[in-house]
Amino acid sequence: MTEGASAFAATAGGSLLALPILVPAAGVLLSFLLGGRQAERIALALMPVQFGFAVAIASLIWRSGQPLVYVLGGYAPPLGIALRADGFSAVMLVTTSLIMPAAGLYARTNFATPNDGTERRAPLVFWTLLQAIQAALSLIFLGGDLFNLYVALELLTFAAAPLVCLDGRPETLAAALRYLMFALFGALFYLLGVALLYGAYGTLDIVLLSRQIRAEPAVWLAAGLMTAGLLAKTALFPLHLWLPPAHANAPAAASAVLSGLVVKGSFFLIVRLWFNVLPALPNAVPGAILAALGSAAILAGSALALRQERLKLLIAYSTVAQIGYLFLMFPLASGPWSAEAFSGGVMQALSHAFAKAAMFLSAGLIAESLGHDRIAGLGGAGRAMPVTFLALGLGGLSLMGLPPSGGFAAKWLLMKASIEAGQWVWAVVMLAGGLLAGGYLYRVLAPALSGNRPRLKSPPRRSRENVALALALAAVLLAFAPPTFFAFLQIGRPAAGAALR
Amino acid sequence: MSVLQALDVGLAFLVFAVAAWTVFAPGPFAATVGYVVYGLLLSLVWIRLFAVDVALTEAAIGSGVTGVLLIGAAARLRGAETTPAEEALTGLTRLFAAGLCLLVAAALAAVVLLLPDQGPTLAPQSMERLPETGLGNPVTAVLIAFRSFDTMLEKVVLVLGVVGVWSLAADRYWGGAPGEARAERPEPTLAFFAQVLAPIGILVGVHVFWVGADEPGGAFQGGAILAAMWMIVMMARLTEAPQASAFWLRLALIAGPAVFLAAGVAGAVVAGGFFAYPPGLAKPLILFIETFMTFTIAVTLPMLVAGPPRREPRR
Amino acid sequence: MSSATLAGLVGAALVGLGLYGVIADPQPLRKILAFNLIGSGVFLVFGIVARKGAAAGLSADPVPQAMVITGIVVAFAASALAVALTLRLFEETGRATLRPDAGTKPPDDGADAE
Repeated sequence: MTEGASAFAATAGGSLLALPILVPAAGVLLSFLLGGRQAERIALALMPVQFGFAVAIASLIWRSGQPLVYVLGGYAPPLGIALRADGFSAVMLVTTSLIMPAAGLYARTNFATPNDGTERRAPLVFWTLLQAIQAALSLIFLGGDLFNLYVALELLTFAAAPLVCLDGRPETLAAALRYLMFALFGALFYLLGVALLYGAYGTLDIVLLSRQIRAEPAVWLAAGLMTAGLLAKTALFPLHLWLPPAHANAPAAASAVLSGLVVKGSFFLIVRLWFNVLPALPNAVPGAILAALGSAAILAGSALALRQERLKLLIAYSTVAQIGYLFLMFPLASGPWSAEAFSGGVMQALSHAFAKAAMFLSAGLIAESLGHDRIAGLGGAGRAMPVTFLALGLGGLSLMGLPPSGGFAAKWLLMKASIEAGQWVWAVVMLAGGLLAGGYLYRVLAPALSGNRPRLKSPPRRSRENVALALALAAVLLAFAPPTFFAFLQIGRPAAGAALR
Repeated sequence: MSVLQALDVGLAFLVFAVAAWTVFAPGPFAATVGYVVYGLLLSLVWIRLFAVDVALTEAAIGSGVTGVLLIGAAARLRGAETTPAEEALTGLTRLFAAGLCLLVAAALAAVVLLLPDQGPTLAPQSMERLPETGLGNPVTAVLIAFRSFDTMLEKVVLVLGVVGVWSLAADRYWGGAPGEARAERPEPTLAFFAQVLAPIGILVGVHVFWVGADEPGGAFQGGAILAAMWMIVMMARLTEAPQASAFWLRLALIAGPAVFLAAGVAGAVVAGGFFAYPPGLAKPLILFIETFMTFTIAVTLPMLVAGPPRREPRR
Repeated sequence: MSSATLAGLVGAALVGLGLYGVIADPQPLRKILAFNLIGSGVFLVFGIVARKGAAAGLSADPVPQAMVITGIVVAFAASALAVALTLRLFEETGRATLRPDAGTKPPDDGADAE
């Protein structure tokens, strides 16, 4: 085990990895204990702290050019649990720590505690669970042990599901229940795969497993079960049925977090599974299956988005489509173009996170100001609330994949990789998806920018519009990511190491 | 075939038959009762696997507390669960579903049969590092020392469970108590039953927790038994559930994970790493953490079963 | 066949049975029951893995056993949340259904701002 020991030599600053998990977890407990207005205060106060942790972790990885490792309790794997951060973990941490405060600032209006400090249901639940989502996502991005990651998945489910039905309308309850059922199915199948891997190799540590894994029946079955479970949680077609009602019915701030970040959590684990745990498996066939499902998601999700009558449902169906793009990186994961494909997939995850959060917050402002979010009734609304619609439109730019936007950068990289790999079909799907996205956004923006200004029930508050706009601008700015950013993403990526050897 | 083997095969068939009953039973109530029986049979299987800690947990939580939860739900849903025709799956879909499930089960069974008789194991490493913890029960050592991070986070999951269940209260009941009020005159048989059982159960629960350091048992199992006793007393309506806004209740619900988390952070200061125990102090610290965890489990499980607040809060 | 392998086979059968219940039964409470069947099947697979890891004087590997204990507690909490949702849905609508269109119907008055 000399080789194993070197994998767990504590890296300098490794103890930092525990903090983005433990601090929001402590925030959850304190918020629930103190109740009332304290939950909001604690949640908002910890957000900049979380951003600090994320930046510190990223800069340590950048400076050393190596993944950060931390062993908990002094019990090295396989007996104990290690935390690990590579370039991909770090950018996801930073993204999360930027979108969370945006959602938090936006939500202050909707989830304020009354002035007398009396505790109310929705605010306490919202602010407590928002921190729980933060803790769960941090653990997903940093976890180095497959069972520990199962606990993270469950944390995420318990934090996210109640947010869907926070306003208690019957259709939100049905949506939350269906979401919970899919999530439970996903977690159990993931866990079953974990059991098989432990039975085969006696460890669940990602690095130790990756060294021992061979293509054998138990591993194939485990990979299939875990992938199926995670796909249900990520809502990849055809397991997407739960997502549109859940994301469309949640309060806007929650929708932004659920659609922008939470589905990326289980996607992140699929990437971990195939790239970090199972690089030894021949991945041509599974990669092609994932990409075929992704393609179906792009086409079906976009087509369904075109037919929606409500803005929030349209945006939710566009999430179904945009999730599809994430899976186009898998068949391109080996070969000289693999770094491009990986960067493209990660870029899609980041730009969709910012763009979709911006769009859900904008849609929330529109619904509040007009009193409805029927697309047929949006005529002229863009003139009444230009900043809101600017945020919506800039977010849409990323979805379509038009320059300048992170979405463009992502789709460009993926398209280049698929053409270099000679797998043209994915490029064609991406083009079709872009056109369809243009179609559904046109349905919203064209009437909104023409016609008479409608009477607003109440104009949106400028600060909340600015939050949505800032997120949309972040999605645009990703287009200007320098080459060093892409080099950073490669830190700790096993395939990159294999190519160098 | 020896007697024990014959018993094993019989038990396996029985477990499968009762499980099939819970899926195919005509009514939800009958299915739920089947599930409780199933849970008890399952704990026998666990004993046959020489996993007594798991058997205790399965009997107490998997069968006992879950059973109370599901039977209560089935009773409240009685009459409501008639299936509207449009929801029933067509014959073809059913056939397809059955095929898929058979495929999954068959693949799983094949892999189970392929597992070597002597598989990879962490038993030697666990035993090697057991003395550092001062404990005698390696399962407890895994839970509270080697993989304490899992256990602490799983306690946070329980807190989130309570937040999630309470979030389903109507706004006007927020902060109020779940369940029914204390009865003026409790039903005598049930009350007698509760009065006799509760003190014995509490002793058993504390004992199971206490011996868990060295023998099968521990915080989960002991806490679950204590939880069951509180549930019996509440069901007999000798006492009522506390208000959701009560500070002591919130404190009780978070005490386990909070103490665990605090000890984990303290480890970074005094023992050189998060969730590390200072040498020599491990056992007392572990027992300290487990005491709070037992208490929190004993309070959390009944609150999860009681459901969201259903009465207006008293000020 | 050892009793451990037998338990593993029961686990495999339970996973299949529970999966069928989850897919085929439209009632949420029955689905929750079926989820618990899948869960216990998964735990039994951990159980056989633990038993086959008997070594160092222990009759079963303690690590998978600890994972099962953690898993049982999480599964209970999940059941409690699902039951609470089902009951609330029943209180609000008089029925407990997961019909796909239940969530996609636009509200009658069209006003659904938070």
